[in-house]
Amino acid sequence: MFTLFFMDLGRKVLSFMYFFGGLANLAGQTVYLTFKPPYKYERILEQAKKAGYDSFPIVSLVALFIGFIFALQTAYFMQRLGSELYIASMVALSIVRELGPVITALIVAGRVGASNAAELGSMQVTEQIDALETLATNPVKYLVVPRFVALGIMLPILTLYANIIGILGSYLICTIKLGITSSMYMHVTFTSLLYKDLFTGLFKSWIFGMLIALISCYEGFNVEGGAVGVGRATTRSVVFTFIMIIATDCFFTALFYFIFP
Amino acid sequence: MIIEIQNLYKKFNNSPVLNDLSLSINKGQTCVIIGRSGCGKSVLLKHIVGLLRPDQGKVLINQKEVAALNELELGVLRSKISMVFQGGALFDSMNVAENVGFSLIEHTHISQKKLLERVEESLALVGLGGIGNLMPSELSGGMKKRVALARAICIRPEIILYDEPTTGIDPIAADSINELIRSLHDKLKVTSIVVTHDMKSAYHIADKIAMMYKGKIILEGAPKDIRESKNSIVHQFINGIAKGPITEAVDTFK
Repeated sequence: MFTLFFMDLGRKVLSFMYFFGGLANLAGQTVYLTFKPPYKYERILEQAKKAGYDSFPIVSLVALFIGFIFALQTAYFMQRLGSELYIASMVALSIVRELGPVITALIVAGRVGASNAAELGSMQVTEQIDALETLATNPVKYLVVPRFVALGIMLPILTLYANIIGILGSYLICTIKLGITSSMYMHVTFTSLLYKDLFTGLFKSWIFGMLIALISCYEGFNVEGGAVGVGRATTRSVVFTFIMIIATDCFFTALFYFIFP
Repeated sequence: MIIEIQNLYKKFNNSPVLNDLSLSINKGQTCVIIGRSGCGKSVLLKHIVGLLRPDQGKVLINQKEVAALNELELGVLRSKISMVFQGGALFDSMNVAENVGFSLIEHTHISQKKLLERVEESLALVGLGGIGNLMPSELSGGMKKRVALARAICIRPEIILYDEPTTGIDPIAADSINELIRSLHDKLKVTSIVVTHDMKSAYHIADKIAMMYKGKIILEGAPKDIRESKNSIVHQFINGIAKGPITEAVDTFK
């Protein structure tokens, strides 16, 4: 009984380390190949459209609702204190520093990360990745680099956009339902936000973008066992990306808290 | 001597797939490797093109060891070798013309006009002229294999590796593929390695047939020698007999 437990535990620890080793290896190759010519901008643009541009509608919708909800929930408490005006600063800070980057990253991980893992996984099981290699084309350069660069650029842009839409959602609730004037709302929002708030949020979303690309491509490359394997890789990709996003977020939030107090 | 395989060993999950396999293929020769499904024939092809690394042993192409080549040298080698995969392995995000011209688009600065000419010429060679705009999902299994063959010959390779080129397609299409392999051999002096268990095709195209069993080559010779072989394993395989030494052997090999 105990032996079995420890064997199982050992196997899990090993597979966890194997995952990180493989991911680090892929990350190293990807960074190296990103800077190595030739550069194929068309493929980066194609991925930027798929990952970024096509994600705008869902990001808009989610960010707007988050703005609504956050304003209403904050209002519930602030009204008791009679300080509704501070809703604007609370919403702005929370969205720009935390909610914007994390929610956008989770949406993109679900939407784009899953699709990357499934696409590369299907290519793996139908020998298309082997075929790329035999055609003298490095699969990491051809498949991973464009996704890595595109997500690294597009996720901060999407995050910036989500921040604006989220604040707009809260603005609508506050000005229409809670009787705060438009100029007052804007004034409180802009005076409470500092450049470092925006910078730390966007920095995190750049890291999240690269993580989503690397984990989803790693899982896609390592598919074994046909359609079942592709399904498993897609799930693993989403789960691992979610965990990594939250863990990295926690790490950087703590780091920034001490660096820029 | 162009391809020389020396004492190759490869294990997957502790079960041996290649076990002291040696084989040599001369320039311009068509060598057919026969053996049961799953006996490691495709694994052997992947070692030749450098997709897999041997546990022990060497694959030498023009006296250069494939596993010891750096990325640049491997790229040069792969521009001279084409592989036709079992299921075609066409890129399903691209149309037929982009698939066939992939190497030229990626690695050369060929003009659009010349590229289209080369693509159309390669497609016409496999009997599929004028389908460049179709997507792989719109093709039948046999057409996919022929497009894969067109992609392989588009770079005008010196060596072509075929992984079961005639499996799963109708006899007429299979015969046209056999004819094509034959004519590439006769006209362009391409060195070919064909992995198959289709004996009709093997007799038709081979200069040399090698029988793979238990991870090694147990017999090689001209088609006539194989047909007349007294070896009971070869005899059982080429005549497709259910009972015999192959099916009686119970061990880790298939």
